[in-house]
Amino acid sequence: MRDISLHLLDIIQNSIAASGTSIAIAITSCLKSQELKISISDNGIGMDEEMLKRVTDPFITTRDTRKVGLGISLFKASAEQSGGYLEISSKKGLGTTLEAVFMIDNIDRPPLGDVADTVASVLVSNETLHLTLVLSHNDEKFVFDTEEVKKMLNGVPINEYEVLNWIKGYINEGINVTFGGVLNEINN
Amino acid sequence: MKSITELEELRKKALEKMGVRANTDGYRIVVGMATCGIAAGARPVMNSFMEELQKREIKNASVTMTGCVGVCRLEPIVEVIDPSGNKTTYVKMTSEKAVRIVAEHIVNGRVCLDYTIGYEDKK
Ligand code: FES
Repeated sequence: MRDISLHLLDIIQNSIAASGTSIAIAITSCLKSQELKISISDNGIGMDEEMLKRVTDPFITTRDTRKVGLGISLFKASAEQSGGYLEISSKKGLGTTLEAVFMIDNIDRPPLGDVADTVASVLVSNETLHLTLVLSHNDEKFVFDTEEVKKMLNGVPINEYEVLNWIKGYINEGINVTFGGVLNEINN
Repeated sequence: MKSITELEELRKKALEKMGVRANTDGYRIVVGMATCGIAAGARPVMNSFMEELQKREIKNASVTMTGCVGVCRLEPIVEVIDPSGNKTTYVKMTSEKAVRIVAEHIVNGRVCLDYTIGYEDKK
C-alpha cells in the first residue's frame, strides 16, 4: 500500500465485512515520542483467540472467497518497517480493535495519505454506518461523527455527492488544523 | 473554518434536486475494494466514476463498492450492471477508463469491449 490511508480503507472494509455497524477511528501524533498512532475499533463479530493468534498470518482469512488474507498482515508489516508495531484485541461477539504505531521520524514510514478520501469512499456505499474520526495532536483535537452530520441532513442521504464533498473538505481542514506543525512530516 | 451548519444549505439543495431525480432503476457501478483492489488504485477509480456522473448530471446510475472480486492480477475491477441486469466486468481500471465508460456505456449503452475481462484474457 502506498500510504496509511489506503491501509485504513482496507481495515475498515474488514470491519464492515465482519458486520461492524459502528467504527471508531483515531489518529494521534506525538512529537515527543515521535509516534503516529492509528486505531480502528469496530462492533463487528470479532474473533476468538485461535483466530486472533493467526490473523496476522498472511495465509489466513475468515472469508472463503479468497485464500490469502493480506490486509492486516500488510498493515502490520508496514508499521514494523517504520520501527513501530501493531496490536489487535478482539472479543467474539463484541468487536475488534486494531492499533498501529508508526515512528514519525523513520524514513521507511509511509505517508499518511488522503484520510478524508478514505472516509468519503467508505460512506459512498455504507450510508448507515456510524463512523467517527478523532484526530489529536498535543492539545489540538478534531472530531468527525457521521451521526452529527446525519442529524443536520435530516433525511438527505449522507452519500449525496455534495455532502461527501463537504465531508472531505471538513476532514481535510481538521487534519490541517490538528496536525498543522507536523503535517509536512507525516505526509512525507 | 468550515462548520457543520453549512450542511443545512446542502440539505436544501439536495432536497430540491431529489424532487427531480429520475427513478433509481438504472446502471449499477460496482467497484472491487478488497486489499488488492485498493492497492491497485480502486479508490481513485471510484472517485472518477462519482465525479463523472456528477459532472454529466447522470441520475440513473449509482456507485457502490464490494469486497473481493477474485482476480487480483486484473484489479482494479469494476462491474457495470445495466438496467436489465446484464453484467460487464471491466479490468485494470484507471480514472481515464472510468471517464470513457461513463460516456460510452452509461450514457450511450455501448460496452467498452477493449476494457473488458474477455478482451484482456484473449491478449
Ligand atoms: S483479494 Fe484480490 S481479487 Fe480478491
